[in-house]
Amino acid sequence: MSVSLTTMAGLPAGMPFAGEASTVHAATGFASAAWLLVALPLLGAAVLLLGGHRTDKWGPLFATAMSWAAFVVGLGVFITLLGLSSEERALTVHLFNWVPAGQFQLEAGMLLDPLSIAFVLLVTFVGSLIHVYSLGYMEHDPDKRRFFAYLNLFVAAMLLLVLANSYLLVYVGWEGVGLASYLLIGFWNWNPPYASAANKAFVANRVGDVGMGLAIMAMFWQFGAVDFQTVNGAVAEANEGALTVIGLFLLLAACGKSAQFPLQSWLGDAMAGPTPVSALIHAATMVTAGVYLVVRSHAIFDGAPNAQLAVVIVGAITLVYGAIVGCAKDDIKKALAASTMSQIGYMMLAAGLGPVGYAFAIFHLLTHGFFKAGMFLGAGSVMHGMNDKVDMRGFGNLSSVMKITWVTFGLGWLAILGVPPFAGFWSKDKIIEAAFVGEGWRPWVFGLAALIGAGITAFYMSRLFFMTFQGEKRWPKDAHPHESPRTMTIPMMVLAVGSASLGLILGPTNGILHWLEPVVGAAEEEHPVIPVPALMAITLLVVAAGVALAWMRYWRDKVPTTAPVGSLLTRAARADLYQDQVNEGVFMRPGIHLTRALVFLDKRGIDGAAGGLAALIGGTSSRLRRVQNGLARSYALTMLIGVVVILGAVWVVQ
Amino acid sequence: MTTALSAAFTPATLDYVALLPVLIIFSAAMLGVLVEAFVPRTSRYLAQVTITLVGIVAAMAALAFGAVTHRVSTAGIAGFNGTVKGSVVIDGPALFIQATILLFALLAALSLAERFGGVGADAFTPMGAATPGSPQEAQARKVGAMTAEVFPLFLFSVAGMMLFPAAGDLLTMFVALEVLSLPLYLLCGLARRRRLLSQEASLKYFLLGAFSSAFFLFGTALLYGFAGSVYLPDISAAITAQGSAFQGLLVPGVLLVLVGLLFKVGAVPFHMWTPDVYQGAPTPITGFMAAGTKAAAFGAILRFVYVGVDRAQWDWRPAVVVVAALTMIIGAVLSVTQTDMKRLLAYSSIAHAGFILVGVLSMEREGVSGVMFYIAAYGLTTIAAFAIVGLVREGGSEATHLSQWTGLGKRHPWTAGVFAFLLLAFAGIPLTSGFTAKFAVFKPALESGTAGTILVVLGLLCSAITVFVYVRIIVLMYFTDSTDDSVAVIEPSVFTTVTVATGTLFTLVLGIAPASVLQLAERASQFIR
Repeated sequence: MSVSLTTMAGLPAGMPFAGEASTVHAATGFASAAWLLVALPLLGAAVLLLGGHRTDKWGPLFATAMSWAAFVVGLGVFITLLGLSSEERALTVHLFNWVPAGQFQLEAGMLLDPLSIAFVLLVTFVGSLIHVYSLGYMEHDPDKRRFFAYLNLFVAAMLLLVLANSYLLVYVGWEGVGLASYLLIGFWNWNPPYASAANKAFVANRVGDVGMGLAIMAMFWQFGAVDFQTVNGAVAEANEGALTVIGLFLLLAACGKSAQFPLQSWLGDAMAGPTPVSALIHAATMVTAGVYLVVRSHAIFDGAPNAQLAVVIVGAITLVYGAIVGCAKDDIKKALAASTMSQIGYMMLAAGLGPVGYAFAIFHLLTHGFFKAGMFLGAGSVMHGMNDKVDMRGFGNLSSVMKITWVTFGLGWLAILGVPPFAGFWSKDKIIEAAFVGEGWRPWVFGLAALIGAGITAFYMSRLFFMTFQGEKRWPKDAHPHESPRTMTIPMMVLAVGSASLGLILGPTNGILHWLEPVVGAAEEEHPVIPVPALMAITLLVVAAGVALAWMRYWRDKVPTTAPVGSLLTRAARADLYQDQVNEGVFMRPGIHLTRALVFLDKRGIDGAAGGLAALIGGTSSRLRRVQNGLARSYALTMLIGVVVILGAVWVVQ
Repeated sequence: MTTALSAAFTPATLDYVALLPVLIIFSAAMLGVLVEAFVPRTSRYLAQVTITLVGIVAAMAALAFGAVTHRVSTAGIAGFNGTVKGSVVIDGPALFIQATILLFALLAALSLAERFGGVGADAFTPMGAATPGSPQEAQARKVGAMTAEVFPLFLFSVAGMMLFPAAGDLLTMFVALEVLSLPLYLLCGLARRRRLLSQEASLKYFLLGAFSSAFFLFGTALLYGFAGSVYLPDISAAITAQGSAFQGLLVPGVLLVLVGLLFKVGAVPFHMWTPDVYQGAPTPITGFMAAGTKAAAFGAILRFVYVGVDRAQWDWRPAVVVVAALTMIIGAVLSVTQTDMKRLLAYSSIAHAGFILVGVLSMEREGVSGVMFYIAAYGLTTIAAFAIVGLVREGGSEATHLSQWTGLGKRHPWTAGVFAFLLLAFAGIPLTSGFTAKFAVFKPALESGTAGTILVVLGLLCSAITVFVYVRIIVLMYFTDSTDDSVAVIEPSVFTTVTVATGTLFTLVLGIAPASVLQLAERASQFIR
């Protein structure tokens, strides 16, 4: 891969984004090596996949090294950006001319700005930790090498997604992470339910991807370009209707990838993948790509208030939905998955609120990446100690034997609850505050949704924590829980430190706000409809109530080892609020009828016509074949007749 | 009297540099004949193969040298003026087609020389004169006899092919036609296996070829009667002047000459020999014939049509349009029901002749370059395809029945994969040379008027039919389970491997990056009158 440094196609260097202060420069120095970010993990995947069993021994270590190397490069780029003034923090790395089609010119390039670098650091750091964790977790898996190859492939694709400088290149990364996700969910595909879970994720994601494709086409139709710079620059002149259409398509794409309502059904099943995968892909990084997409497209959404409103509605529905589902799940991973869905709902909500929310969406995304990955790794550690059991009703009092897991998980738990001074307090509570900003009915509806969500979150996360680590032992007889090896606990500890401190580092200092300001713009000082201190107090009270309720039911009281029948709501929540049934009834059945009708039409109409044509040609062919009888005299006669006919025809015509 | 005679006699001015490639091939052929007479049997194979390959490579070098040094650049003509008093015209098209034929010859010679570990070339009988199945034949095989004379015969044919598209008058053209044809008639009858079929093919080819030559000569006579000359520029001038008292001779003359030429490319209704001869001839010869003869004959057709009679095109063109349409339809439709691989490829070659004719009929300079590109692309694919057909064997003899190819993809994925790729090129699927070539001939045809448009539409429909045929073979090879595995691909020597690899490589490269060759064809597409 050759790297030449030029400015973005068609525009002189330093041309500003419309409406923003920042300018885009060609990257020089260390930043121009940013292509290594994608190339290194890609190399790892290629070596492991092409090298075959020869790489079995050292492959996993090599993949881990590649991931760390990408982190080092990312850190270098981050430091380079830090050295620039905040207006200059947008660099491009030109890779190659990708689509030179007449007037439509598209280069493949990377955009290094505060937003993409924040993601790069999250993906490479958490990703590398999870590589390390996997060294322990997957130690005895015969297909370890393939697993690490896919992990590296995922990291490469995810980095391409966030570093791309055009929607089309984002799409490449988008499909790449989808592929890696599919491969990893179905990693243990000898188990048919796991394989079908992978298929389910794949199909649900395709629905979203159609949205992405349509959005790109709509952009091309509207702006004649699909790179961020031109699109953002042209938004000012575009009409609102077109922007709304593009925004809604982008939202559809985001819903598919981020498991948002109504495309949320796949995330729970995706827990079929190995736990490190759930931590990295289905909690910390890939599922947040939808949020990234919305924030990255903020110029479009700012110009389309209706599309923005749709984003907020989707976020609000999903955050409550996920929280309700999370309350009823006994499978530790599925409960965490529901929680992920809910937390991404918060981010979506924030992203839809406009400038007041963008930075907090990304902030929550980062903190969530740490604490949720940490909790998933903790869940993996618990499963590791409990013979891969996932039913929390068979856990209890694990704090006595798995001290490190207990403490690290506990820090994650405090973070997601939003207990000060842990991470969630700084990010999630800000989102709740932002949701209360506005006029009319909106702040009340969305703000209350976020607030109630926080209460439910506190309940189900405490339920999860208490059922697993506190109360009395409900272990199966053959279980001998033990602490996991160092390769697993160290990443958990690192993530726990992050969960505890990241909010404190970036929150009160307003570091994240300033960092992202060149990309998403500065938010004006807004006042929630309820005064901030009051709101903070209410939130903490609601959270405390949730925790208290969970304490009463799942720590103080005895937890039955088999789930009680439960109320109507509980049963509905256990069945994911009947989302599969709804999908089946609304989409699958009519779809099946439609395809049946089409198959019928195809067989009778089109195949009939095609078959008839084929039969006609075949029949003609066999009849004509008889002329070819092998006799030289009849061949000569044919020639003679041909000559006579030609000459005769010419004679007649003349 | 004597002075009058000597005054009338103008000695020919020969441009030896321009003629050098043809002369080298002729010399190599003569040398081959001497080798056959004087060199002991044990070293004949080696000597003949060496002479053949060295001769062809030397001719290529001479051609390249001539093309570079003798370049004249008036009015965009890339070529040079060397002539034997206008009887041999070496200009852009002649150079391009000669180079193409030499490349075909090189690949075909390698395929021809394949021994598979035997004493002589594997495809040819040890003794052509022996009656099939007779004691003499067994005797000849026992003593290790071989027909090494196939190499000089092959070279004579190559020389004829090189002369054919460069012929500036109808008599030279006729001589070239016979020089290329007579050795081929012989070569067709020399197959090692299924000799009766081979001899039958040879006889049929000879009889019908002689028949078509008669038409050609008769047409030449009529045109001489019309123009008073057999030189193509003279005929062209006579058409413009319209001073001939024998105006009625023109169109029949043109059409009869075309009959002789269209026979060689296998156009309907002069195609009947094609399947029988392709099937019966030794497979390397079939491949060479399909590629080389077609290239040479289309070169001659281009020269005759574009230099000689283009000004009368409104008179003869409708008839040829009908021929082109019929050729495409019959070739495509009949290939559907074929069960023998070589016959199938024969019908495929008929259909391709139709596609090329569509380009010829555009009567544009762009059509010339399109046709030249097509014959180059098609020939390279064809030689490789027939080389592979020669490798698939059952019990030592070629397994040409389609049913014998079932499941080949599972047992020999490489061979079957390459063959499938070549079939896709025949079908004209993008990213193969077949697509570029079809595009190159259909585009000028489309721009040439209504008749051209109709032909292109017909051509596309026929392509669709042939896609079915080729894909059926791919399905057969890959998606049909075979019950017996006695059919196997035998291990080829480096000769056949080079032939297949080169052909396939060109098929791929001309599909992906055809620009340089297309440009070359375009630069070379101007005839000298």
